[in-house]
Amino acid sequence: MGATALRNGPSPVPAPIDSIVEVRGIFKTYGNVEALRGIDLDFPRGKLTSLLGPSGCGKTTLLKIIAGLIRADGGTVAINGKHVTAPGPERAFVFQDFALMPWATVMRNVAFGLELRGTNKAEREAIARRYIAEVGLAGFEDKYPHQLSGGMRQRVGLARALSVDADVLLLDEPFSAVDEQNRRKFQEDLIRLRTNQNKTFIFVTHSIEEAVYISDRIVLLSPRPGRVSQIIEPEIDRSGDPERIHRDRHYLDTVEEIWQGLKQYVE
Amino acid sequence: MAVSIRTDGEAAGPAPLSNRSATGASWDQPVLLRLVSIALFAGIWEVAGRIPVSFAFPTFSDTVVAFFGLLADGSLATAYLSTLQPLVLGVVLSAFLGVGLGTICGLWRTGEWLVIPVFIVLQAAPVAAFIPMVTFVYGIGMTAKTLAVMILALPVIVLNTYKAVRNVNESLLVMCRSFLGTRWQTVAKIILPDASPVIFAGLRLGVAAGFVGVVLAELLITPTGIGDLITFHRSRADYAEMYATIASIIALSTPTLVFLQWVEVRVFRPESRGA
Ligand SMILES: Nc1ncnc2c1ncn2[C@@H]1O[C@H](COP(=O)(O)OP(=O)(O)O)[C@@H](O)[C@H]1O
Ligand SMILES: [Mg+2]
Repeated sequence: MGATALRNGPSPVPAPIDSIVEVRGIFKTYGNVEALRGIDLDFPRGKLTSLLGPSGCGKTTLLKIIAGLIRADGGTVAINGKHVTAPGPERAFVFQDFALMPWATVMRNVAFGLELRGTNKAEREAIARRYIAEVGLAGFEDKYPHQLSGGMRQRVGLARALSVDADVLLLDEPFSAVDEQNRRKFQEDLIRLRTNQNKTFIFVTHSIEEAVYISDRIVLLSPRPGRVSQIIEPEIDRSGDPERIHRDRHYLDTVEEIWQGLKQYVE
Repeated sequence: MAVSIRTDGEAAGPAPLSNRSATGASWDQPVLLRLVSIALFAGIWEVAGRIPVSFAFPTFSDTVVAFFGLLADGSLATAYLSTLQPLVLGVVLSAFLGVGLGTICGLWRTGEWLVIPVFIVLQAAPVAAFIPMVTFVYGIGMTAKTLAVMILALPVIVLNTYKAVRNVNESLLVMCRSFLGTRWQTVAKIILPDASPVIFAGLRLGVAAGFVGVVLAELLITPTGIGDLITFHRSRADYAEMYATIASIIALSTPTLVFLQWVEVRVFRPESRGA
């Protein structure tokens, strides 16, 4: 039995039974830099899908197009079957640089999405408090971002995205500015969160290990112009001790396999 | 006078979360430091007055005595009553108008093109030269004095606000948009708080310039208030009284600046308290 299901070629994968996000024929050019060319993708509901590829291959661009933060030059994005071109309540973004307001406490930062929606203070703080605890920051509600470590700041960003109760969480290299130990811990937490929260995660990373460790599905993007080069579904048992996964045979094989596939682009 | 501006939070000793508390014991006693600085200044003044540097330069102690004399005979109070009205009015108008105009110019290209060059010229020009012109048009009353304050205070407030709004943290704007913030929410909840340190730096400079404006107006055009009191004592060679008057207006601008700092920290940037 195969550890991974490999599907080769840029042709679209046969649509899974229930995909929450559908990306069709996305093109994007910045000036004379062609960032994305003909991206067709489906993101299954309730799964964690990673966009994996070398720096500059258009991962952030694709994620921000899905988020409605950047306009594509061609193609469409549909969420729950509805075309979108702007941000919406069914999506929430976690930023690479955290994007926390330095003048606001952890509580206000986490509740900010709800504040913008006009939720009253008592209600939004109750919700925010729950997610602050969920990401392991209970007791830090009244601290300011500069009083927190990088890892803790990104937890604030994650709690903010969880608070608005979106169906799809978009995470742009959330751990790239976080130190190694915190990153491991954070990855474990994300696996746990994904099982508890019934949400769809789209996760951008340039780390093969990270992608294999946390993803149900990995979309490999080729370097500029970004195209879908491969879709991989690592079938790794994530129940039980998360530490164990790092020594899992399937895990190690999948990492090696992706590395072999990507090596051609590195030279 | 020592124009050292610190927050009250700092004066209260190291906050529990202050990560600066290890930078040295002297920083834990800013009040003491400030007193030492004032005493040093007074001492140098006293020595310079005794040498004397000039027959028109009184000692510190004479000036203090003259100050209480002016307080007792009510002339200082009368003068300030006349000076403070256009000053406060001009400064408050400049603050709101300046921050409003600067924000609009920062957000709106056409406004930027129309307004900003005017203020760049105004800031570079020797604006005091315009003050007699103001008198020519508006006479020598309250309006002329208020305008003099605004001519000096407005440019720096507008330009600082404009620059701060233009350079707002891009990633926070994107964040606000992704969480469905409206245009208005973006301005109120992201742009203004993010810009507030630079805006308040402009306000402090603007307030200081406003003090200059009102005194200039009273010296140059309308012989009333503090300017008149200075002119009067100079003409009678009461140099101690003259210096007491000048020192009093400097002393007054200090609490104004401290108040501004308090508003900034209290309302916009609570995270900078005690940090
Ligand atoms: N705003 C922009 N203007 C011009 N070029 C851009 C802009 N944003 C990204 N690019 C270019 O598009 C390509 C893809 O960028 P990006 O999506 O950020 O890649 P990744 O996130 O995979 O590192 C890069 O070559 C980058 O230089
Ligand atoms: Mg990127």
